Amino acid sequence: MNGLVNRAIQNFLRDGWGAAAWADAARAAGVPAAGFEPMLEYDPALTGRLVAAAAARLDRDGDCLLEDLGTWLVSHPSRAGVRRLLRFGGPDFVEFLHSLDDLPARARLALPDLALPPLRLEVVGAGLFHLYVGPGLAGAGAVARGLLRAMADDYGALAVIEGEDGAGDGAAVLTIRLLDTAFAEGRAFTLGRA
Amino acid sequence: MGEYRLQAAALGRLMPMHLALDGRGRVTSAGATLERVVGERLEGADFFARFALRGVAGRNRVADLPWMARMHLSVRDRPDLSFRGQAVPLGPGKGALVNLSFGIGVVEAVQRFDLTEADFAPTDLTVELLYLYEAKTAVLEELRALNRRLHGDKVVAEGQALTDALTGLGNRRALEGALEGMVRPFALVALDLDGFKAVNDRLGHAAGDHVLATVARRLEGACRAGDAVLRLGGDEFVLLLPGMVLADAVLRRMRRVIAAVAKPIPWEGEVARIGLSAGVILAEEGGNPPADALLPRADAALYAAKRAGKGQAVVWHPGLGEG
Repeated sequence: MNGLVNRAIQNFLRDGWGAAAWADAARAAGVPAAGFEPMLEYDPALTGRLVAAAAARLDRDGDCLLEDLGTWLVSHPSRAGVRRLLRFGGPDFVEFLHSLDDLPARARLALPDLALPPLRLEVVGAGLFHLYVGPGLAGAGAVARGLLRAMADDYGALAVIEGEDGAGDGAAVLTIRLLDTAFAEGRAFTLGRA
Repeated sequence: MGEYRLQAAALGRLMPMHLALDGRGRVTSAGATLERVVGERLEGADFFARFALRGVAGRNRVADLPWMARMHLSVRDRPDLSFRGQAVPLGPGKGALVNLSFGIGVVEAVQRFDLTEADFAPTDLTVELLYLYEAKTAVLEELRALNRRLHGDKVVAEGQALTDALTGLGNRRALEGALEGMVRPFALVALDLDGFKAVNDRLGHAAGDHVLATVARRLEGACRAGDAVLRLGGDEFVLLLPGMVLADAVLRRMRRVIAAVAKPIPWEGEVARIGLSAGVILAEEGGNPPADALLPRADAALYAAKRAGKGQAVVWHPGLGEG
């Protein structure tokens, strides 16, 4: 189900830089003119080409662009559904972090074809965590960095999230330093949809 | 088998929707979530005065509870507030422990009572159920949007299509294109089935579709190289016959075509019988009549053929009008 991933990138580029920037990147990457259908399957190589073309068009570092994509997935009003689904992971940021191990299985429950890389959280010390992102989806580490920063904000937690990508197969290790679990108010979340 | 003692607080955390009853049916402990939903303190209340067991009228003693089995109950005078539950005995004469859940009504209950994760036991899969409900709703919405887009594309594609989906013949749009490219002289023949409505009425529309497809094959079988068969819609067909200049020659061919098409058509143990009427217009060299008059004149000739009786072919002449 990589159409969903590709469509997210398409919407992210359109929301952030306008239809012209999206169209330029799509043309350069050889993306279908009508854009992606989220429920269809595409050539796996297309995703990487699109990110590279977008980074070139916007004169940005590819990893920075993917980090912003991760943040946008959670914080943009048009993505409210993603943010809600992630918030089902737990009532506070620490429980949310622990729920990440289950995230690929949760995603598969919703969409059996959606293959997320394996995730494993390790508690290193007080307020210190490592998140191991398994191989399989290039750029997943960068997206996860942006996404976790936005989720920390969402829960009202103060956290520093850093990390290095591995050998280019998508594997990465993120370090999460939790400084304050109740730093700010956080955004409201109710189990039942308003 | 051991005996276990539990503090009420621990019981409340393990089962936030429990009721502990003494031997007379008095509530001695109630889960916080259950009290929140019912909207009042339940400790000290008479269980059977507050709750009605569904399907077992007249049961109002602890000993009447359906031990170990699934039971359905609702708050008295509030049939909209119902639960699924299970009761286990606490010992001879010592009352019962009743645990409740929302069952399938949980999605609605969470919204109605604004429940949070803290209202459910950590082992409870309600949050997973809600997650799944929301995820599936989102996926369904995406699929609906995809369907709408695909349906829009289909409508556009059909509007641009040159082929009739039922018979595979060219359609009215294809005829317009074909007429533009035809080199004169040629003959245009408007065809209409006789008795087609009776087939539809007697044998149904599936039989009607079968007849149309069979007629299309028979017309193609009667064609020569360079001829074209098209279906304009319903039981209306058109033949384009390049090089035909003599009315007699066209009529001779039409009689053979009419005979070929009018053979009985078997359909699921029955036989469909139809005939064919034909109206002919000759498109002469030099542009007479003009292209836009061809089909109307062929139709006028077809109308004359129908009036003359079934299975006729008529060539247009000025006495028939412009159609």
